[in-house]
Amino acid sequence: MLLIPCPFCGPRDEVEFRYGGEAGIVRPKDPDALSDAEWADYLYMRHNPKGRLEERWFHVHGCRRWFTIARSTATHEIERE
Amino acid sequence: MRYSFLTLAREALSGHRGWRPLWRDAAPRGRYEVVIVGAGGHGLATAYYLARNHGITDVAVLEKGWLGGGNTARNTTIVRSNYLWDESAALYEHSLKLWEGLAEELDFNLMFSQRGVLNLAHNLHDVREGRRRVEANRRNGIDAEWLGPAEVKKLCPPIDVSPTARYPVLGATLQRRGGVARHDAVAWGYARAADARGVDIVENCEVTGFRIEAGRVRGVETTRGYIAANRVGLVAAGHSSVLAALAGFRLPIQSHPLQALVSEPLKPVLPCVVMSNAVHVYVSQSDKGELVIGAGIDAYNSYAQRGAFHVIESQMGALLELFPTFSRLKMMRSWGGIVDVCPDASPIIGKTPIENLFINCGWGTGGFKATPGSGWVFAHLLATGEPHPLAAPFALERFSTGVLVDEHGAAAVAH
Repeated sequence: MLLIPCPFCGPRDEVEFRYGGEAGIVRPKDPDALSDAEWADYLYMRHNPKGRLEERWFHVHGCRRWFTIARSTATHEIERE
Repeated sequence: MRYSFLTLAREALSGHRGWRPLWRDAAPRGRYEVVIVGAGGHGLATAYYLARNHGITDVAVLEKGWLGGGNTARNTTIVRSNYLWDESAALYEHSLKLWEGLAEELDFNLMFSQRGVLNLAHNLHDVREGRRRVEANRRNGIDAEWLGPAEVKKLCPPIDVSPTARYPVLGATLQRRGGVARHDAVAWGYARAADARGVDIVENCEVTGFRIEAGRVRGVETTRGYIAANRVGLVAAGHSSVLAALAGFRLPIQSHPLQALVSEPLKPVLPCVVMSNAVHVYVSQSDKGELVIGAGIDAYNSYAQRGAFHVIESQMGALLELFPTFSRLKMMRSWGGIVDVCPDASPIIGKTPIENLFINCGWGTGGFKATPGSGWVFAHLLATGEPHPLAAPFALERFSTGVLVDEHGAAAVAH
């Protein structure tokens, strides 16, 4: 089980969190201006790297706030700031 | 070497010194017609059907580790075809039909056992979904039955069907032709058959890059040197995104750990496969007597082939909810595989943005059952350059067109 550093509550067990996947995905400002392929790229395509991944977590059973951490998908190690 | 009673008797009398390796330890040549990346069940099946159906034997299967050491060795061996949507039903049923003649065709004991697969319903929604799926399956020519709680109990005595259970069993769908198969044997059987037809199986050979000229793949860089190829097929399951990144494109895939575990061996107690969405566990009994138990994926992305204990804890809770009699059972081993999960829980079989580079991935939590059918349709794609009719709905373009095959929640199991 991961020990996840919530920036608001400190390190807490993984079971208190929901996973939000890859961070930094910005909703396009004008979706109507996109082609179908560009929209699919925003909606579905992911980097899914083996190694460092910046990802979103939601402290659902705590402060109920979203935050971003960097974690290795190869070792599960979470980067400390 | 063909297996028969005669060869077995001869080897028994001569101290078993005559058995030979099932496939050659091939060194990679500099050039092939087709290179397949990944020697799991799907990759090996692809190589076999390339040779058998299309006469293409100038083929190499590259494997970064050892043959069948990834998800082929880590799944819970369940085979079924009771998917809801027509596209999936056709693909998985094609696969199941191949399973039914596969041991004989490969001359390899796959221990394929059509003992029946139960998908339990625990609430009104489950009942409606199950009955709908039974009717949909039947219209697609797939055997399916609806059982009430008493019939479930009769078929599978250790299940607790009492109405006072926290998650009472209100009924179940049954596919009698579903069952289990020996996972390793599938890889070994396909490997031997492909090797016998001239396919080179190259282990300990990791692909580290692609040589791409004018948008067309020319070959692969590997830890054992450059290998040129006219066509390249990627069948790397959980590592598909890593290979795609090397070739310069992205996939709608997320890699997650999926854990499973086995118990100590018991005398025969569980006559069929039991799956349950609501409490989320699936279990069968191996021929060695161990219960083979799987659950859902860990939430986060990972390539680490391990997961968290709380997932196993909830899986065990679900098992004991259904089978209180297993409460004193000891668990022997647990492990994790890395599954490639697609947004619509259906596979991707088709072309990529790179010409002559094809992909077969996204089978997620349910790829084992599809091994023969997946190889069959991917071989067609690699041989002809065009998708097999059964695979056409599963092209990568569906994420742009929006014609998804949404099996999340429809495929008789939660993902």
